[in-house]
Amino acid sequence: MSDLTTVGKKITKRDAPLKVTGGATYIQDLKIPGMLYGGILYSKYAHAKILKLDTTRAERLPGVMAVITAADVPNNFRFGIMKDNPPLKGGRVRSTRDEIAAVAAVSAEIAAAALELIEVEYEELPGIFDPLEAMKEGAPLVHEEMKSNILKMPWKLICGDVEAAKKESAYVVSDTFRTQWVTHCCLGTSGCIAALDTSNNLTMYSNTQIPSLAQNDYIEALAAFGLKGRRVRIIQCTIGGGFGSKLDTYAYEYIAILLAMKTRKPVKFIFSREEEFFATSPRQCSITKISQGCDKDGRLTFREMEMVLDNGAYTSWGATTPSVMMMPISSLYKVPNIKYVAQCVYTNNTYSQAMRGYGNPQATFAIESSLDQLAEKAGLDPYELRFRNANEPGELTPQNFQVTSCGMKECMAEVVKRLDWKGKKGNGNGRGVGMASLIHVGGGARVYKSDGCGTIIKMDDRGKVDVLTGATEIGQGSETVLAQIVAEVLGVPIDDINVINNDTDVCPWDVGAHASRSTFVAGNSALGAARKIREQMLAVAAQNMGEDPASLDIKNGVVFSRNDKEKSLPLSKVLRKVHYTSGGKMFMAEHFYDPPNENFDKEFKGNLSVSYAYGVHGVEVEVDRETGQVKILNYIAAHDVGKAINPMLLEGQIYGGGLMGIGYALGETMIYEKGRLKNGNFLDYKMPTAKDVPPVQAVIVETDEQAGPFGAKGIGEPGLVPTAPAIANAIYDAVGVRIKDLPITPEKVLRALQEKAQADTGRSGA
Amino acid sequence: MKREITFKLNNEERKVEVDPGWTLLYVLREVLELMGTKEGCGYGECGACTVIIDGLSVNSCLYPILEAEGRAVTTIEGLRAASGELHPLQQAFVNEGAVQCGFCTAGMIMSAKALIDENEKPTEDDIKDNIAGNLCRCTGYVQIIDAIKTVAGGGRT
Repeated sequence: MSDLTTVGKKITKRDAPLKVTGGATYIQDLKIPGMLYGGILYSKYAHAKILKLDTTRAERLPGVMAVITAADVPNNFRFGIMKDNPPLKGGRVRSTRDEIAAVAAVSAEIAAAALELIEVEYEELPGIFDPLEAMKEGAPLVHEEMKSNILKMPWKLICGDVEAAKKESAYVVSDTFRTQWVTHCCLGTSGCIAALDTSNNLTMYSNTQIPSLAQNDYIEALAAFGLKGRRVRIIQCTIGGGFGSKLDTYAYEYIAILLAMKTRKPVKFIFSREEEFFATSPRQCSITKISQGCDKDGRLTFREMEMVLDNGAYTSWGATTPSVMMMPISSLYKVPNIKYVAQCVYTNNTYSQAMRGYGNPQATFAIESSLDQLAEKAGLDPYELRFRNANEPGELTPQNFQVTSCGMKECMAEVVKRLDWKGKKGNGNGRGVGMASLIHVGGGARVYKSDGCGTIIKMDDRGKVDVLTGATEIGQGSETVLAQIVAEVLGVPIDDINVINNDTDVCPWDVGAHASRSTFVAGNSALGAARKIREQMLAVAAQNMGEDPASLDIKNGVVFSRNDKEKSLPLSKVLRKVHYTSGGKMFMAEHFYDPPNENFDKEFKGNLSVSYAYGVHGVEVEVDRETGQVKILNYIAAHDVGKAINPMLLEGQIYGGGLMGIGYALGETMIYEKGRLKNGNFLDYKMPTAKDVPPVQAVIVETDEQAGPFGAKGIGEPGLVPTAPAIANAIYDAVGVRIKDLPITPEKVLRALQEKAQADTGRSGA
Repeated sequence: MKREITFKLNNEERKVEVDPGWTLLYVLREVLELMGTKEGCGYGECGACTVIIDGLSVNSCLYPILEAEGRAVTTIEGLRAASGELHPLQQAFVNEGAVQCGFCTAGMIMSAKALIDENEKPTEDDIKDNIAGNLCRCTGYVQIIDAIKTVAGGGRT
């Protein structure tokens, strides 16, 4: 594949010129004639009865066009995967983000003023905020009709015989690890505009990452609202960040529809930053008990994990993250015996959703921290233990994942070399090194019945190409990667490719920008369509040139014969010849690619992805014993990506994921007190800034995945998966303390250092 | 009570009727419909709304519009050359992969421009200090810093 012209190159991002000039239209920037502005009143308490709700004064405010409450939601409509979430809550509130009333007004200012005029009387009820407390017998129920705070979800994976393996293990370690609530921090806040036409067909201007699934959600909602059979069109604006936050539909979108129905005007919602913090759905906190063992040679014998996840008051995709956690639990390194049980628990906290990595970072933090403990107990270098158990091509994992390409060992070698692992490990001088690995889906993920994506390609008379794809651009660069793939196959300059990816009326179906699947799935879909159209064009060109199609090639928009370089025909001529003739045609092709991966069976086994992405992160830290501050001196992120379609964009995913991971490891946490977010702003929520960027190397390891487009695998999520345990392990190497609950703040490090000093003194005294 | 103010916006004299309570950001976006300057938080912590006023980078979401009287304001829309050519910083952001979702980009470029206009050869630490008030969740800042470096001490600003 050495003669590639576009794939594998540093091609600049297609939408970058628009974005650097301020010309891209985000939902914030969009105005529609006659549009009204919406606002939401949220509950004052995390758990309360609503005794009185009076909207009269708000309704009377000039400029207010509608005020709605739970009474205005038809047919007791509820949304979410458990259908436990009404868009407006009546009678009882279960979290401080509960929507209890909404207004539409002629300006955002009037909408905000109207919310102030709504009178609510509450009777506060005792809430339950700790998932462990919520699991206890007799705990107050968040949803009485559910009879229990523990969600009825079947998260249990058994492979082999853990109990037998425990007995046969030479070394066993057990511990408990905790992770915190963190949020996406998209720079563009959430928002939408709902507009109904005269026949009540809905156009939703949206930020969604899942246009086809959101379309389905809204169709269901319209049916519940008495508008069965109406059409829904989703037009995506430029999306100001996703990271999983837009993988579900939210109350404000249904409220916008209801207000649009009531006012017969388009209604716009834009979240304030404060709302973005407390009223969107973050990554949930977790409590994980883990045991792992190995034999006397350091071969892993078993892994047992038990997890409790805070679901919050309602149910979104957060409750399904254990399905993805199973992947590292069963298949990160070779472990023959696995037992995993997870419980998701209702509380009166915010409710959890998908966030980059989808449970994988929580699980990997426990696995990789515990693995270092096991290495110490077995008297092995942590690298040595990992290397001996590393995944390899051709492996069938206990969860029945068929590993195709796998560059874990190569990634490990890069980390060891670039970090000077052997020179720096175990010096105990306040500096230390740590590593951690990852596995993630790299070839789609069959979490729904379909994991497909469609592409339509059409060509005009001048050789310009329109690519209509279901794939969503959330900044990650799918638009550019797809353009590269099509340009490569068709032999046309990349500037001749126009990607249309934001309108369900014209774009084919796609399951969404999730599971690091766009390059692989949408890429394969685009590849298939491009090959079809190439074949059509070469057949016509061959006729015109008196050549066999197999002897023809296309470069830079010109068809030429490989046998006789003199024989060539510009594509534009081929296109016009076939168009402007009796019985003429235009070149168009479509291709729907649904990867040959498997849904899990009832035991949660099956080949979830066509290929798996691997990576190893290594970090050198310096810990200040006086302050507990952790400084990252060197960060190596080595990733098996199959093939880098665009190395520059790919590195951007690694850098971006890596720093998000550093934030997760060292600083970010949503602080809740009795269900109320105390630090819902950028002053108090410590998202990393440019000053937090350590010296970092993104290392691309190419393994040429046969099923991937030009050999590529997914890379959207992996960058943050192993970051936190790599750092925790480095801190342990530096100063001998292990922090088991994220984030690793200076306070926790200092406390651990003090406890260690006391314990050491005690020991030497005794 | 509206008041008329006069200021220079992207090298053009503008007279605008304003409410004294408005911010510069509000006037840019809602009155003048220059949508390139973004609001990411509304309280001066994310930098998405950064513009340049008399050579200094400023969070326009906190800047009272009356303060703009007689001043020179540059927004992202004012950076391109009359020929349509991108400003070297804009071009560098494109070339180096410094743009992902793009919501922070305008503010980031304006902060960088203010830095380079004042300090022709900033160090990497200068650059990091300068954009520490501009949050980006997508890029991890690495390629943004690279982009600014390629212009710093090099191209035209």
